[in-house]
Formats: sequence, structure tokens, C-alpha cells
Amino acid sequence: MSKVTNILVCGIGGQGVMTATEILAEAALSLGFDVKKTEVAGMSQRGGVVTSHLRFGPEVLSPQIRTGEADLLVGFEAAESLRWGHMLRPTGVALVNTGRIVPPIVNVGLFEYPEDPVAQMRALGLELHAFDATTLAQGLGNIRLGNTVMLGAMADRLPFPAEVLLDAVLARFATRKPKLVEINREAFETGRRAVSGNPAAA
Amino acid sequence: MGAPMKVPAAGRLFMSGNEAVARAVWESGVRLAAAYPGTPSTEILEVLAFYPDLYTEWSVNEKVSLEVALGASMMGARAFCAMKHVGLNVASDALMTLTVTGVEGGLVIAVADDVGMSSSQNEQDSRFWGRFAHVPVLEPADSQEAYTMTRAAFELSERYRTPVILRMTTRICHVKGVVATGDRVAPEQGAFVKDARRWVMVPGHAKPRVPLMYEREEALRAEAVRSDLNRIVDGTDHSVGFVTSGPAYMHVREAFPDAPVFKLGLSYPVPIESIRGFAASVGQLVVVEETEQLLENELKAAGIACHGKDILPRWGELAPEVLHQGLARLAGASLPPPAHPAPQPVFPRPPTLCVACPHLGVYYTLSQMRNIVISGDIGCYTLGAGHPWNALDTCISMGASMGVALGMDKARSEADRNKKILAVIGDSTFMHMGMQGLLDITWNRGNVTVLLLDNRTVGMTGGQENPGSGRNLHGEEAPRVDFAKLCEALGVKKERIREVDPYQLPVLFKALREETKIEEPSVIITNRPCVLIDHYEPTRPYFVEEDRCTGCGNCIEVGCPAIHVTRRDKEVKASGKEVDLAFVRIETSACTGCGLCVQPCAPEAILHAAPLPNVQPVNFTRT
Repeated sequence: MSKVTNILVCGIGGQGVMTATEILAEAALSLGFDVKKTEVAGMSQRGGVVTSHLRFGPEVLSPQIRTGEADLLVGFEAAESLRWGHMLRPTGVALVNTGRIVPPIVNVGLFEYPEDPVAQMRALGLELHAFDATTLAQGLGNIRLGNTVMLGAMADRLPFPAEVLLDAVLARFATRKPKLVEINREAFETGRRAVSGNPAAA
Repeated sequence: MGAPMKVPAAGRLFMSGNEAVARAVWESGVRLAAAYPGTPSTEILEVLAFYPDLYTEWSVNEKVSLEVALGASMMGARAFCAMKHVGLNVASDALMTLTVTGVEGGLVIAVADDVGMSSSQNEQDSRFWGRFAHVPVLEPADSQEAYTMTRAAFELSERYRTPVILRMTTRICHVKGVVATGDRVAPEQGAFVKDARRWVMVPGHAKPRVPLMYEREEALRAEAVRSDLNRIVDGTDHSVGFVTSGPAYMHVREAFPDAPVFKLGLSYPVPIESIRGFAASVGQLVVVEETEQLLENELKAAGIACHGKDILPRWGELAPEVLHQGLARLAGASLPPPAHPAPQPVFPRPPTLCVACPHLGVYYTLSQMRNIVISGDIGCYTLGAGHPWNALDTCISMGASMGVALGMDKARSEADRNKKILAVIGDSTFMHMGMQGLLDITWNRGNVTVLLLDNRTVGMTGGQENPGSGRNLHGEEAPRVDFAKLCEALGVKKERIREVDPYQLPVLFKALREETKIEEPSVIITNRPCVLIDHYEPTRPYFVEEDRCTGCGNCIEVGCPAIHVTRRDKEVKASGKEVDLAFVRIETSACTGCGLCVQPCAPEAILHAAPLPNVQPVNFTRT
């Protein structure tokens, strides 16, 4: 392929947004693509907004995805997905975890959490697959598997085979925590299945 | 941190700009590297600490780190230090004389500008230091160049015996890309040569060296013309040509792939005559620089017509779309409306203090106090200025809480006569630049109470070690500063120094009330560690007994992110006053059992949840 693929991963500090994007980058690198990945970190690990931009192709210049040019928006949190919806190109796809993380600023009553961020995104005409990655991960016995569920959800929407991403996920655990390889394979497939249906019905 | 790593073999590696600089520092045979943590530069030293063959340290501040590096250079060793943009303000006193002495072993200073202010109190353009100190500035455009230019910087430094500034920005430091790396080559190192006229900068020795500094600058100007770090990337459409440096180069190429570009890598001294030639080959010349109007002014002064800040923003990050808008302005055209939906309004999500953070108790207590002015400082605890506490009135620069508080005390009007003046500062910031301020308070008999929040780490940048940690950069045991003794030595009376547990709210409140009443300098030291450092152990979490919760909302005022509102209601009191109610739950999986929210809960609705398996009681003793 000649064009550059743009993937925007968003969520909040501590959710594993950067790690997921790192694994995605490793998959793209394994195919010989030029890859750039950028995020604004710093204070974001204190529960702030985190976005990670991943761009890969034959040659990548600027690391930042332009507004309206993301091919894929991967939202680790519902309201954060809505916040970054305008980054998608008209033909782009959003994969949204419906799980919510309500910040103190909403709890003290200064702001309101959107009633239905997913419906709001659909109303904008965005193609969107919504699923509860948090509950799916809990169902597999560990909330930390949410990250792999999200990666699995992306797997069939990349310009390379899903197995390449799966290999990148499992390679991480094979070296660090070999006992977790099988459960992560299962989490990955769970994510894949969660978004395999019709986007309108999902 | 553990033992030195096995360094990956030379080849293609996926690295952030910070990691690429660290690799190049190691390959360049550097003997010593020092830094003080600061976003976005922190990871350079964190990564370097794992490399073998060199000495690395966290220094107490950036000025000391540069002086440590200079000492190494004087001994003939290659030396390196890293800092964020505001760090070089602190280190500049050393820099401005170091440029007069010049260096022996190559010395490179990496300065990371937080363009866009993701984690800083201001925005600065560190390219100014090149002009101010008459030293060369290199500006990488991506990770590969961060690597290549770091290596080039050491060669340049030794060839011209000058310190070299490697100017980075957030979009270099925190962007990962593919880097072709090499092997380590350590240069020969001689012995220290005593030479007072070289190293002892008294007026008689400095005067003859100043002309040498200017000669060196002229030689570097010629070098900038010859250097292959500066190059023209030609294009097919010569109607507009660009001069640019750093990450802006990538944005220009992305936005205008057919335009010719003069790319500066050695961006100071400016190769004016080369750019004049380039300007003649294009219709209009546009200077794209982050962030200040620096290069543009110099080109205009040399009589080269160009555009720049007349069409581009003066501050904040550039991006391809920003450049498109600027060029549309130049052409007098407007851009077509975007095809994508407009950004949707979503509540802001500012950074928060962590679940069970010891600062929560401090700010809850401060938020309950009346008639106080709180002079703040730089660290996680700056977040105390936000909701729900609103308990910080100033934040300026590292250590400023001390001097600002003293100035407030001394110049207060009659209207402020009964106000209590407090300064809040963290352990690392206190040692960085706060100690001198406290000395000024005691010496000049200031009526200030200092809250020294000792969480034993540099929290905001991710938990780096400091002299109060009892460990060094490598995690090895190190002398731990005794803050009570230190404050006493700085002139605070022993009986005016208290150590309190910030999780015990009544104790903290009493200490604050008593110390602010006494009209002399006092220090209250809070003594619990950051919850993110590895020897913090959670205890049994809490939950809210729904039937008992009265919706008073007191626990929400603590500001812990694990407390969530489940429903809101209104109640009309007997007095006829309407009160808002907020019923809550605790995210038990996030709660670490610190017990702060339990204390303001009047109906005793917050109870221990079932014990967590395999959880040890909190052990705050250091191992």
C-alpha cells in the first residue's frame, strides 16, 4: 500500500492507551513499515486525557494525525471517544469501549457526563462499533485484559492480517509473563468477536 | 532500577527522541551524564541509567547538573546533561561563564522545550540561549536526527571547544520512530591540566577569553554554511519556499510535499548567505519556527524578505493543518470547510491527585481553613489549586513559594493584617531551589508557616529519586536528608518544626492552626510516601453502606478519584434552605484503604470492604 494509515487511540491516564499503541506499532514495524508514534504524556498519568497517534506506511513525516484524517479511532472510554470523534475521516471507523470513567470534576457537580456519548457519535454520522471491554475483561477473569480486548477489536480493521497483531500481543507476554499468553489470546479473540457484527446493531 | 542492561546491538531500533539521545550519548563514549527530572526531558537520564560504561546521576537541580558535567569536561571526559526548558533558566548562570571558558571534553546540553505547555508553567524558546551564550544550537526533526545530532554535537563541541545545545521539543522527546544506531566508540581521555587563565574566571582571566568566544562564534558561522546538517530539500513548485528547523520541518514536508525547503539542523549560528541564495530561487520565502520569531528577525535584518509570524501563530505547537491555514492567509484565500464533524463539547478532564495520595489530606484540610493565603510551588501538589480544594493561590517557579510568601508577609496592607500566610512546597522542589527561600524567611523574621510535603520522590515526573528518597538514580541506598534538622539549620526554631501524618486530619488541622497563630517562621513536614512509588502498600479498601449515606457530600470534598456520585437530590431544611445532596459509592477496586474519606463522613457510612487476598498491612519504613 502507498498511503499512510492513521490510528488514534484515546482514553485517560493509567488505562494502558500508550502500551496498546506501542504493541500496534510493533506489529506495523514487524512488516517493515516506517512507523511514528506520538502522545502527550507528562501530567496525563494523573487521570488526565491521553491520546496516542500512530502513523505507518512507506514513509511517515509528521507524527501527528490531522483533524479529520484518522482511519481508525480507538476509544478506551466513552466520553473520550466523543471528545476525539472529529479526528476521524468520513470513511473512518470508531471502536468504542462503552465503559465510563467519571472524573472528580463531574462528581463535585461542576460538569455533566454526556448522557449517551455513543448515540451522540452515531448522530454525527460516524461508523461506530460499541462494546463493553471492561465487562468482557471481567468475564475473562481479569480487568487488566481490557487492553488486549481493545487490541483484538482493532485486528480486523488494519491493513495487515489480524495474526500479525496477535503475534505482537503474545510476543510481549511470552517474554515477560508466559503464563498469561493463553488468556490473552482468548481476550484478543473476544475483542475481535465483539466488533464483528453490523455497526448499527452493535 | 537495576543493574546495567545488555545494550541492544547496532541496528534499527524503534525509539523515542529521548531514548535516541541516550543511545547516542552512550555511543559517543560519554563518561558522565547528569540531570534533574523535567517533562519532556526526564526519560533521557532514566534510560541512560541502564547503560554501562558511564556515571549517571540525578542532581539536585539543573544548575548543579551542568556544573557536574562541566567538572567532567574539565577532566577531559565527554559529558552530558539534560533538562527541560525552565531548567536552563536555573542552569544559565553556569552556562554564561562556561561559554567563556569553553570545554575540554565534549559537553552537550539537551534542552527540551514543552511547546504547547502540556506540563509546564510557561512556554520558552531555548534557541535564544544559543544567541545569548554564543554557542551552537542543533535541532533534530525526529528520533533518527536526535540520535545523529547528539553524536555530531560531541564532535562539534570538541572541535570548537564549546558547549553545544541540543534543542528538543515535546514532539521530539515523546515521538517514537525508527533509528539506525551504531556502536560505542570511547575517545581517549587525558589528565586534568591546571590552567588558571583558562578555568579561574576572574576579570583579568575572563577579559582575554571573551574575544576568543566571539572568534569561535564566527568560525561556527562558517561551519553552519559548510555543515551537512543544513541542507536544501528541493521541490517541484518554487512559488513558495520554506526555511525551518526541528519538528516543524516534518510538518512542512507533510503539508507541502512539492515545496523546496531549507532545513536547518545546526540552526545557530544561522547560515545567512546560504539562505539568501535559497530565497532567490523561490517566489516567496516563509520561515516556520517553533515558537518565537527568531530566525525571521535575523533574515529580515540581513535584508532577506520573508513571511513568518505575520501568518503563523506565535505560540503553541505547529501542525500541518496550522501551516495550511497560514499559507491560505498568505494567498488571501480561505480554506474549504472541513468534511469532518465539529469537535463536540465534552467536560474537561484535568489531571487529578491519585487515589489515596497523601496530598489529598493536606488540601482537604487547607480547603477547610479560612483567612489564609497559600503560596504554592511546582509539583503534583500544584493540583491543589484545582477542584474541589481551590487551596493554592500562587505557582510561579521552582522554590518560589518561599520568597513569594515572605514578600506577601512583609508588604501586606491593613486589610490583610490578620491573614495567615502559608507556603506549600514538595520535598524535591524544596531541595531544588526552596532551601534558600526558607533561609531568607528565617533570617528576615518572616511570619510564614511552611508546609513541606515530603513524599520522598519527584512525583509529577513519574517518581524519580531525590536526596530525600534514601536512594539514588540506580535505586541504590544513599544518604537520606533529615528535613527537620535541615530546617533547624536554616534557622527555624526546633519547637516550630513538626512532623505530621497527613492521613490524620485532626492532627494536621491542629498543627496548622497552632503554627499559623504563632508569629514566627514554622515548618510542618508531612511524612507519608507517594502512592506510586514501589514501597507503598495498599490496605483493606472501603465501601459505602448505601442505607447509611445521607448524601452530605463531605467525602467528595476530599477529592479522591475513587469516590463517585451515584445520584443527586435536594432537601429542604427546617430553616427553609434548600440543600443539594450527593449520594456516593467508592470504587472498591481502586481504593487502597487510606481512610481519608472516612474521617469527614458524619453518618459513618464508609466501612471496610472484605479483606483483599495477599495484602500486607501498610509498611512505611524504608527498606
